[in-house]
Amino acid sequence: MIISSMAKNGAILTAFALVTTGLVASIDALTADKIAEQEQQYLTSQLQEVLDPSTYDNELSKDCAIISDERLGPYANQIIYRARKNNKPVALVVRHVTPNGYSGDINLLTAVLSNGTIAGVRVTKHEETPGLGDKVEVKKSPWITTFKSLTVQSEDDARWAVKKDGGQFDQFTGATITPRAVVSSVKKAVLFAQSEFDAIFAAPNAECLEVTNE
Amino acid sequence: MSELKTLYKEGVWVNNPALVQLLGLCPLLAVTSTITNALGLGLATLLVLVGSNISVSIVRNWVPKDIRIPVFVMIIAGFVTIVQLLMNAYTYGLYQSLGIFIPLIVTNCAIIGRAEAYASKNPVHLSAFDGLMMGLGFMIVLVVLGAMRELIGQGTLFDSADLLLGPWAQSLRIEVFNFDNQFLLAILPPGAFLGLGLLIAAKNVIDAQIKSKRVAPPEAEKGPRARVTSLT
Repeated sequence: MIISSMAKNGAILTAFALVTTGLVASIDALTADKIAEQEQQYLTSQLQEVLDPSTYDNELSKDCAIISDERLGPYANQIIYRARKNNKPVALVVRHVTPNGYSGDINLLTAVLSNGTIAGVRVTKHEETPGLGDKVEVKKSPWITTFKSLTVQSEDDARWAVKKDGGQFDQFTGATITPRAVVSSVKKAVLFAQSEFDAIFAAPNAECLEVTNE
Repeated sequence: MSELKTLYKEGVWVNNPALVQLLGLCPLLAVTSTITNALGLGLATLLVLVGSNISVSIVRNWVPKDIRIPVFVMIIAGFVTIVQLLMNAYTYGLYQSLGIFIPLIVTNCAIIGRAEAYASKNPVHLSAFDGLMMGLGFMIVLVVLGAMRELIGQGTLFDSADLLLGPWAQSLRIEVFNFDNQFLLAILPPGAFLGLGLLIAAKNVIDAQIKSKRVAPPEAEKGPRARVTSLT
């Protein structure tokens, strides 16, 4: 008796599982293209923020190398986009992460031109305190745009610090840790891009669409 | 007709999921820092609630009592996943700013609560309406709380509404005050608790006033109610 009711309930549950899974799978199939398009669009708009699209003529979001280097943060496999014009190197757009923020990782995107100067920096993801550390977002404060056109001379370039530490960057009222983390991470990423510029342009192309940046 | 009216009153006021049942507080408190986020999550919850109520009501006579909970959970999880995929596809910016709270709609007890308490016992059209009203009640509280926190915290209303409604909505943004520094208490989670507390208090005050306005027939003296907790 109990066996037959178990079999019946099992069959009903299986039927429901099949129907709901089928439904989710079909919606997934219907939206997959649109989602991929949205992600591509988002990536393109991120890249546009840091590098003026008129300076290059290749499809930047599809030309990249994946590099593991400790100067780009504690994680392996950071994506580096390569901007070219008439097949000549123009700039590198480097994804890098710093774990030294006030709460959690800060993900950054920095564009470095072939002469070693910065074309732009943006924070792509962070969990800093709203109202204090979140001024690294361009939406909240123009602070992050002060990096534009700067360059790093060497590893011990004293200007690459917040003003409190004797450097050239403003800290925020009530938040020094966040800008300090951003400044040092950008500095390392720029040094990396300067020293590896040609090597990265020579590297083979990789799968560029960022999926795992969680 | 009166059944519909009761459902409407229950969902939006008398038995409001957020103010009276106090269900689904995790997303409620976490995403209400702006109107846009609140409205986005409110709409998503509303859709899931209506969808799950309808489906649960349709299958209510075929599902044996013993396995109803797993079936309901499956239905709700399916709807949440579908809503998540649709938001990812069509409102990408909002999808990113709501983040983990879209999949967390699954754990909103208001949804399984309505499936179990109402939809599993009532016909489809009433269940759909119940889902709509409960969802509406939840969404109204989210939006009011979002408006309070956004106004006090950053002095704006409808900031980045374009994430939800498209580029035209940028013009909806109203800058009411201009602060040099944001009022952090309102934006951080404690502000959400305080705000919700104030809303519940306001609802109680209004209820008490309505009650006192009614000419209440003198109640017969009742014996003391049995208490299970001590008075001290």
